[in-house]
Amino acid sequence: MKLSLRIWRQPDADTKGQMVPYEIEGVSEDASFLEMLDVLNEHLIAEGKDPVAFDHDCREGICGACSLVIDGQPHGPQAATTTCQLHMRRYKDGDSIDIEPWRAGAFPVIKDLVVDRSAFDRIIQAGGYISAPTGTAPEAHSVPIPKQDADAAFNAAACIGCGACVAACPNGSGMLFMGAKVSHLSLMPQGQPERRTRVLGMVAEHDASGFGGCTNQGECAAACPKEIGLDVIGKLNRDFRKAAVRAA
Amino acid sequence: MSTDLQSRTAAPKAARPAPWKPWRSNIGLKIAMAVSGVLMVLFIIAHMAGNLHVFEGREEMNAYAAGLRSFGAPLLPHESLLWVMRIGLVASIAVHIGALIALSRRAHHARPVRYAHRHKAKGESPNAYGIMRFGGIVIFLFVIWHLLDLTWRTVNPVKDAHDAYGAVMATFDPDRWPVTVFYLLALTALGLHLRHGIWSAVQTIAGPNTKWRKRTQAIALAVAVLIVAGFAIVPLAVTFGVVS
Ligand code: HEM
Ligand code: SF4
Ligand code: FES
Repeated sequence: MKLSLRIWRQPDADTKGQMVPYEIEGVSEDASFLEMLDVLNEHLIAEGKDPVAFDHDCREGICGACSLVIDGQPHGPQAATTTCQLHMRRYKDGDSIDIEPWRAGAFPVIKDLVVDRSAFDRIIQAGGYISAPTGTAPEAHSVPIPKQDADAAFNAAACIGCGACVAACPNGSGMLFMGAKVSHLSLMPQGQPERRTRVLGMVAEHDASGFGGCTNQGECAAACPKEIGLDVIGKLNRDFRKAAVRAA
Repeated sequence: MSTDLQSRTAAPKAARPAPWKPWRSNIGLKIAMAVSGVLMVLFIIAHMAGNLHVFEGREEMNAYAAGLRSFGAPLLPHESLLWVMRIGLVASIAVHIGALIALSRRAHHARPVRYAHRHKAKGESPNAYGIMRFGGIVIFLFVIWHLLDLTWRTVNPVKDAHDAYGAVMATFDPDRWPVTVFYLLALTALGLHLRHGIWSAVQTIAGPNTKWRKRTQAIALAVAVLIVAGFAIVPLAVTFGVVS
């Protein structure tokens, strides 16, 4: 199929970028979206031009590296699907597609479609972990966890830290990501000792990194490739309120 | 926006102001917004119910208005209930708008660049961002008009402070139909504000699970409809001559 693309090109963090049009022909409908961009880049390289920079790693929907806002939607039009798992059969001959980077003050563009998501790493460093003694793994059944909690924690742990929630949010808020991490850990017995310092530390880092507040509009959950729901934001709010009252 | 590639996980240059106060955080401000909002909702329900005295006629309505002033007499001083309400409301409005300004500024910095391709909102509470902020401005302007009209009577033909009934009749007189239209417009903005605001406040304060969030959304819609209907019926009845 033949496609008209408009892609955000920006040479580096300090130079102004713009949407640049490209035409591409002979795209297979079996190709993935990123393979389509690979083909475009081969053409660009053959023409001696600068290829389009974009993030990717596993290409199987588990690492959280791929990004791309496709026609105004983070990870594109298909629900519960990362960009790398989006396939060209979603499109038809003659379609035009707009491709932009995640837009958020806390995620500055590095080049073209690649943004710096280290703000998420800092939020994790500020509390998104448990401290555990090293050594052999404990016997799996030594700490029983109610099935309901285990399931909820597992669902929250599905977050791959891609940042689509921030990209989708009109407030540029990282609450869904943070909520997923806080829910995951605070539902587990292993997460209890650091429960209060965790939520206070993560929220402080979130705000200091320049993410906005949550309006409960829900764009994040609609964009999340791992279907993290707004309930994790409720849980985050609740954990934060309790921890803040105790700290006061 | 520059990026220091050498230290990609270093803290940002603008260090957070120490000591960090949880109540200054985004969530803290949202809690302040939610609590002040809920206080205003409680007030507004009482206000709406009070307005319905109009349908009992001039004596009853004015007696209700006088009753509000002399509430608790002779134990409590004159207008004590009203003053508690006034102070509570002014405080709520100050907190609500103060938190709003801080959060809006942060949101603006957090999302400085728009997408070239705008896709329509598909969240659970679509367009809440615009409804709350721009609808909120309509509500704010309305509150000012409302005070000038029915509290201070600056723009109302009936100056007698004891004749609340007459003031209501005069302001929604068929000849002043734009007043009724503005009132209904502001009510629409209020209804939309509360449909989102009420469940948003519950989400912010209590953080319900998915099942209860859905229930809260339904309750918020019902309360918003009730409030809008209860308020709208008065100007409509006066403008269309059902009471006069
Ligand atoms: C004076 C004009 C007003 C403005 C500019 C305004 C603006 C806002 C904004 C921007 C939000 C935040 C929405 C969000 O982030 O989710 C909000 C929330 C809210 N507002 Fe208002 N508002 C106004 C008046 C009112 C009034 C009169 C009431 C009550 C009758 C009210 C009740 C609420 C409630 C319950 C919330 C939810 C709290 C939350 O979780 O954010 N507001 N308002
Ligand atoms: S919550 Fe969803 S959208 Fe946000 S970072 Fe995690 S996986 Fe990505
Ligand atoms: S490249 Fe790993 S999730 Fe898409």
